Amino acid sequence: MAGLELLSDQGYRLDGRKASELRKVQARMGVFGQADGSAYMEQGNTKALAVVYGPHEVRGSRSKSLHDRAVINCQYSMATFSTAERKRRPHGDRKSSEMSLHLKQTFEAAVLTQLYPRSQIDIYVKILQSDGGNYSACVNAATLALVDAGIPMRDYVCACTAGFAEGTALADLCHAEETGGGTALSLALLPRSQSIALVQMDARLHQDHLDTLMEAAMEACKGLSKVLDSVVRQHLQEVSVLSRD
Amino acid sequence: MLKSKTFVKKTRSGGVLKIVREHYLRDDIWCGSEVCTECKDDSPVLQRDAFIQSRLCTYPHYLIPDTNVVLHQIDILEDPVMRNVVILQTVLQEVRHRSAPVYKRIKDAIHEKEKHFYTFTNEHHRETFVEREQGESANDRNDRAIRVAALWYNQHLRKAPCAGELRVVLLTNDQANKEKATEDGLLAYRCEEYIKSLIGNPELVDRLALTSNEQNEITGGRVLFPEHLPLSRIQTGIKNGTFLQGTFRANRDNYLEATVFVHGEGEDGTEVLLQGLQNLNRAVHQDIVAVELFPRERWAAPSAAVLEDDHANDEDAEEEEAEKTSMLKPTGRVVGIIKRNWRPFCGMLTQSQIKEATRHLFTPADRHIPRIRIETRQASALVGHRIIVAIDGWPRNSRYPNGHFVRNLGGAGDKETETEVLLLEHDVPHQPFSKAVLSFLPRMPWAITEEDLKVRADLRHLCVCSVDPPGCTDIDDALHCRELDNGNLEVGVHIADVSHFIRPGNALDQEAANRGTTVYLCGKRIDMVPELLSSDLCSLRSNVDRLAFSCVWEMNRNAEIIRTHFTKSVINSKASLTYAEAQMRIDDATMNDDITNSLRGLNALAKILKGRRIEKGALTLSSPEVRFHMDSETHDPIDLQTKELKDTNSMVEEFMLLANISVAQKIYEEFSECALLRKHPAPPLSNYDILVKAAKSRDLEIHTDSAKALADSLNAAVLGGFPYFNTLLRILATRCMMQAIYFCSGMDSDFRHYGLASPIYTHFTSPIRRYSDIIVHRLLAVAINADGTYPDLMDKHKQSTLCNNLNYRHKMAQYAQRASVAFHTQLFFKNKGILNEEGFILFVRKNAIIILIAKFGLEGTVFFKNKGKPGPKLSFDSEIAGVSVAWPEPAAKKPKLDR
Repeated sequence: MAGLELLSDQGYRLDGRKASELRKVQARMGVFGQADGSAYMEQGNTKALAVVYGPHEVRGSRSKSLHDRAVINCQYSMATFSTAERKRRPHGDRKSSEMSLHLKQTFEAAVLTQLYPRSQIDIYVKILQSDGGNYSACVNAATLALVDAGIPMRDYVCACTAGFAEGTALADLCHAEETGGGTALSLALLPRSQSIALVQMDARLHQDHLDTLMEAAMEACKGLSKVLDSVVRQHLQEVSVLSRD
Repeated sequence: MLKSKTFVKKTRSGGVLKIVREHYLRDDIWCGSEVCTECKDDSPVLQRDAFIQSRLCTYPHYLIPDTNVVLHQIDILEDPVMRNVVILQTVLQEVRHRSAPVYKRIKDAIHEKEKHFYTFTNEHHRETFVEREQGESANDRNDRAIRVAALWYNQHLRKAPCAGELRVVLLTNDQANKEKATEDGLLAYRCEEYIKSLIGNPELVDRLALTSNEQNEITGGRVLFPEHLPLSRIQTGIKNGTFLQGTFRANRDNYLEATVFVHGEGEDGTEVLLQGLQNLNRAVHQDIVAVELFPRERWAAPSAAVLEDDHANDEDAEEEEAEKTSMLKPTGRVVGIIKRNWRPFCGMLTQSQIKEATRHLFTPADRHIPRIRIETRQASALVGHRIIVAIDGWPRNSRYPNGHFVRNLGGAGDKETETEVLLLEHDVPHQPFSKAVLSFLPRMPWAITEEDLKVRADLRHLCVCSVDPPGCTDIDDALHCRELDNGNLEVGVHIADVSHFIRPGNALDQEAANRGTTVYLCGKRIDMVPELLSSDLCSLRSNVDRLAFSCVWEMNRNAEIIRTHFTKSVINSKASLTYAEAQMRIDDATMNDDITNSLRGLNALAKILKGRRIEKGALTLSSPEVRFHMDSETHDPIDLQTKELKDTNSMVEEFMLLANISVAQKIYEEFSECALLRKHPAPPLSNYDILVKAAKSRDLEIHTDSAKALADSLNAAVLGGFPYFNTLLRILATRCMMQAIYFCSGMDSDFRHYGLASPIYTHFTSPIRRYSDIIVHRLLAVAINADGTYPDLMDKHKQSTLCNNLNYRHKMAQYAQRASVAFHTQLFFKNKGILNEEGFILFVRKNAIIILIAKFGLEGTVFFKNKGKPGPKLSFDSEIAGVSVAWPEPAAKKPKLDR
């Protein structure tokens, strides 16, 4: 039968959003006591948990340590129950290692690592439920966890995906849109300086469309940064009220 | 920014998978009415005074049709009378799922401003979304969603301050749904009820499609056909191999026989034969059907008889008994229909013998299609006219499908009407170009600018000329040839630069892409691009500066290419010649001007090129083509002649082929994924049967193992004292061939062009009349850095959809051209009375022979026995079918007009 119509003539997407609208974002910080920092993030049906340990001294082989900045260690995994079909191998497969590497690169660009020479920062992220945009949910969750841990960063790192359907850029793709054909671009942005920490795109796209797609992804990231900012402020308020008591 | 209030999880289980999707409900979806003050819609679609004069609803009202009404009564909804209709998203989605053509039509209706159709996104509206309840079927849920939306509209409009008596009316044909709607306090009517109540538009009633309730009344309880299996059983059957899926193709000559072309090549042949009405089981030409194969002992051979379904009461026609076992083909029966491919059909009404009857039979012009029973009150007005009819359904107890009248085209035999019929029947877009399309034409007066000259090679000094058939106004190619200082020859093919004027993506481009090709009918041309371009700015006429895309070779005297160069250029043609004029110049030894010398050089090279091509195994085929001499006033044909081929024809052709091949190589080199190429697949050996048999009848042998062998044996197959025999064989060989098709290089691996014996081929040389050439021009322009790319050009999937359309349009254009020639032949004979001509038998059938009259290029069936009269005793031997004997026809029959 006919494939999915990603964008109707009236301008609505499969789930009822308009082209530039994000999914509902919900987030909480400080969800675990034991860790130095932690956060839980929902972008629509994509749910991610991030935990940060450190900065602490380098564990394992000393040779990994750097004399002028901290090492960032990332591990990405997906819960076995996160997808429609039960996942056999929660981490360590090719996709996960690639994702870990991407996360590491993203945060090396954002965290002020030179403040902690010869030390290590661990970021563990787990996808609890997957519905498109796993990378961006992980980045956003990890950002909040880093803030929770009190690790200085240049700016929030906000990530979002964007896709392309019938000449229009769609922000924040859900799973059906990601698999429904076309291009998906993931972008991690430091919104204040408008500098890009990471951009990744798998499918082919004509270069004429790239600008619109980047534009849409950046707009979406800026929208997300406002949400993250309000989450952080609210968290601070709650914590300060608690500590005053 | 985010307007979602609640969100609801929608679960959809297919197999074992559970899929969870978000579903946002919004409060910013407007009702689209001019009356409403609550919604902040900037440009409401639905009018304040929505008035359709109806006896049932005497107040202004909006219509809300349900899914079945849209699916079945789309002809009614498309009528300009129907305005202010709300199409719900639920309905639109269901329609999209069930029928692609109807979906496209309803979307076109929505886009049309004057119709005031509004799409209401009810599934995402906070107040009209309904969740499926426990035990409720999907259909029931959708019906409820439609009722809820209608109810919401009613309440919503009542709130508006100046709505007056504005109401919404639900149109549904489902009795239960209607009752429930009335219970909810809605106004609901059946579609017939509503249409019949319309004042002043009685003709709409004829267009109503018959619904299931009425079908039962039409014929008695006699069940003629076995039931179709439900789709679920068909699918399991196809999966486990008991059924086969394929396209149904009715036999033109025998209404009791059809073949099903099975997709996905199985080992046991790709065609299944069907015989007898019962086994055809209400399938119509081009439907996708499921067939069940019979066991081997029930297999049959295709019948050799020609059967016309002439008698309205001929309910049981005898079946053909199987003949020799060697001819047996896989045989089966239709068990179910997977997808109907019904379209509106053109044809004639056969009035019922009973004067007062309102049901009549309709005979489609396309002989693949069965007769259709329609209901109309204006039969007497429609007799003798060409009309369009759509099929609604084919109940088990009816010999013919039921349909309804759509449109009257005009009197039969009338030239305009007949042209319209054959354009419609072949799906040729022939409306005048819209304003939007014309707005992209260059402003007149147009001239070549300095900027153009800067980026183009100036070839105006070259002695370029064009050679075309007489009367040609869209000249898209010109040639030149000159001697270089090193003794080699420089040969240039200059093609009109249409892609300079048609920029990708605009309305002009889209229209051209849709039309695909210019269609040449007798005395009429349906242009692909507006006339300003086709006959003026792009046409390479003599003594004016024109933009061109040039392909220039340096060749030695043996016609070997030393260097190939492509460039955008400016040329000035020195002469537009006809084939005959060019031939005269070449032959006339006294002429020694530049043009003539250039022509002689070209001609010499072309002969070498042709020889080399034939050496490689290129085929020379033949078809009985005729040209008409038209009366310039009435455009009636006054005389006809078969096409003559001169040396200059093949001279031009040779260089066009060379240019096409050179360009194909270049664009494939540059874009291995998305080059638009043309291929001609080698036909399966069994296709050659008729040819081999025909040759055998005269003790000649045709070898079909390769193109080369075929070409050689065709050349050798000459009969002394019967010169036309070779041409006949070539005509038959043409019928054995496959269609050449366009394809995208990234989607296929076999590029060979069988007929031309070339490993790669494309179309570059006629951009004025073929869209494929425009795409090739664009690709080539990118390859030589003369132009930029655009997204669709580089997308192989988009390219391949485009190719499909082009292939379809080309095929249809060809059929339309043939049909037009056939029609004009008939016009020609109409005034001629009885003629005696020599004819050739092409095929022999059991009760008829197919005859070709070479002089007129006319082919027809001659039955051995006329109706009622017994014919001579004949013995029929299928082995020598296709024997070609000169057969002096006793009296040439006058072709019948309506077939």
